Amino acid sequence: MGKERVAVVGIGQTEHRATRGDVSMAGLLREAAGRALADAHMGWSDIDAVVMGKAPDFFEGVMMPELFLADALGCAGKPLLRVHTAGSVGGSTALVAAQLIQAGIHERVLTVAWEKQSESEAMWALSLPIPFTPPLHAGAGGYFAPHIRSYIRRSGSPDHIGILVALKDRQNGLKNPYAHLHEHDITFDSIKESMMLWDPIRYAETCPSSDGACALVLGSERVADAAATDGRPPAWIKGTAMRSEPTLSAERDTVLPLGGALCAADVYRQAGIEDPRRDVDCVEMYVPFSWFEPMWLENLGFAAPGEGWKMVEEGATALDGDLPVNMSGGVLCTNPIGASGMLRFGEAAMQVRGQAGDHQVDGARTAVGHAYGGGSQFFAMWVVGADKP
Amino acid sequence: MRDVAVISTAQTPARRRVEDLNEVEMLMPAIGGVLGRVDMTIDDIGFTCSGSTDYLAGVGFSFVSTLDGVGPWPPIQESHVEMDGAWALYEAWVKLQLGELDTALVYSYSKSSPGDLPMVLTRQLDPYTVAPLWPDSVSLAALQARAALDAGLVSTEAMAAVVARSRKSALDNPNAQLAWDRSTDDALAEPHSVAPLRRSDCPPITDGAAAIVLAAGDVARDKVDRPAWIRGIDHRIEPMALGLRDLTVSASTRLAGERAGISDGPVDVAELHAPFSHQELILRQALGLADHDNVNPSGGALAANAMLTAGLVRIIEVAERIGAGEAGRGVAHATSGPCLQQNLVCVLEGDDR
Repeated sequence: MGKERVAVVGIGQTEHRATRGDVSMAGLLREAAGRALADAHMGWSDIDAVVMGKAPDFFEGVMMPELFLADALGCAGKPLLRVHTAGSVGGSTALVAAQLIQAGIHERVLTVAWEKQSESEAMWALSLPIPFTPPLHAGAGGYFAPHIRSYIRRSGSPDHIGILVALKDRQNGLKNPYAHLHEHDITFDSIKESMMLWDPIRYAETCPSSDGACALVLGSERVADAAATDGRPPAWIKGTAMRSEPTLSAERDTVLPLGGALCAADVYRQAGIEDPRRDVDCVEMYVPFSWFEPMWLENLGFAAPGEGWKMVEEGATALDGDLPVNMSGGVLCTNPIGASGMLRFGEAAMQVRGQAGDHQVDGARTAVGHAYGGGSQFFAMWVVGADKP
Repeated sequence: MRDVAVISTAQTPARRRVEDLNEVEMLMPAIGGVLGRVDMTIDDIGFTCSGSTDYLAGVGFSFVSTLDGVGPWPPIQESHVEMDGAWALYEAWVKLQLGELDTALVYSYSKSSPGDLPMVLTRQLDPYTVAPLWPDSVSLAALQARAALDAGLVSTEAMAAVVARSRKSALDNPNAQLAWDRSTDDALAEPHSVAPLRRSDCPPITDGAAAIVLAAGDVARDKVDRPAWIRGIDHRIEPMALGLRDLTVSASTRLAGERAGISDGPVDVAELHAPFSHQELILRQALGLADHDNVNPSGGALAANAMLTAGLVRIIEVAERIGAGEAGRGVAHATSGPCLQQNLVCVLEGDDR
């Protein structure tokens, strides 16, 4: 009884595009899963169980698509779980997969998260006409813009902070061959001049709608030790946490959510992180609209409330800053919604394994992956490290 | 594994159509009931996990609204599977195995009544090759029944006996939707609906919700006299393609049953999630319960079949019988997907076993 050690021993992702018309849903998943298996030096038959995550099934028009995809993921005769926790799902899917090893049930688990948003119109799919909740907004940007305006009012942040975040993430994305957006000509002024969609969110401060998938192979201590001996460093999972808030709670603060703060405190405690700004080398956080970088810097304890924008302005979150954020280009460059959380978790693992290529942070030993969903109410995080816990 | 037990259960009465309540309102009595029965509130729960599907709710992120039925504050550790609540229970059981939390709330719900369920379920099928043909769930089950009849593994008389026994047992189940006392001959006299299935071979279409509280070790013993301990739980899936698997057997059920340890002791009661009569016969074979005389005393899915919930209800029915001292050891089974594609088996036991 108790928790077994678990590590990431394989990482794979697809090339992300607005439309991956060259592959079926099964083909998309196999592109990511095949790369993760190759990275782990494993074949399909080595896998004990599969955990799949994605956001609403209406995005592709297939009800519980894991059922028809079981075959493509080599699941015949194996356990298959399907997780759906809104936008945080890519993160929480990885956490459910990790638990299967932590509980001592399996030794090698494949986890895959994906979305093929070209099958539908994501913006309107995210404009929910729930009974008694009239659709006052168009898309997620319409929902979150008031949160951002509140943040700007509370923090006294200058207007250009969102532009700085967008510029940094889009420039980081140029170093990531898998990213959806590669905007070589982007400048501060081009972002500033882009169309205002949901004040204060401009077009160039908004995530794209992507087709894509991410896959991780998780291994037990024995599996991870063997990989390390073979010269393939594992990313040890040092802390995992999820928190959820009910939508209508009168207690909620959607700008600085308690659920996010509790989630961060929980993973830091597990990972032995006392001062996150000092002890964490880099962070991949879920930033679908530029302003969420300073908001989450505060929520995750990297800055005091009202101070997150200063880290952005000082360049602390740049690839060469003291706390690089979204080295991959983040959600602002690539957003297959169901996969976006796992892409964050995967990038954190790539960093501590030293396999992030041109977007590698020198000497990264401890990294945080973060995802959120719903109306800033579902949170999933993990801390991964190069050193065995 | 760590000792984890079902200590409380609740279900809403199965209804063909719950028109005057939305999903949250329909679910809330189950949540209130399952916690109240063991004098707990959401503050006493370590982990919460639910199962539901957006496709029946008709809206994306439908589970987000039902979390308000739980209404936790401060924020909780919580997850959701787009699967039957039996798999939500599996995730919660795994979470409790980590030894950090002692209690879990599991719930699931669905309303099938707003749509045309057999047509909605066609959206589960391969979207490129099968779903465009809109083959409905009853017709697919009929293909399976025909294959089992042709293989000589079931008979129309045995199917009718399942129908008559299940609906008669349901007379004693206050939550059942379809219950009657009619003979096997009566069932056989019905015209075919989708041959070889008659209407009575098929499950009702149900709106409903259910919930369970799990507790570990001494917490379970402190709360109730007779916890229903989970002694084994496993789930397996097969490829969906109907031409790729032998529909007359359930290989994934057999494997899950073996791994859950069914044969490690006697089975006093079994609740099998068999929406169609012939499927009970296939599942009995897969689980070594071919001649067992206490299968589906609740009436099973032929008496009430709330999608995404009927599997969790099977666990509830077995746990309640163990809790009441009517059974020492029992087996609960849940299924998902067309023609028994995915299956979960849970073995439960009272303390005297």
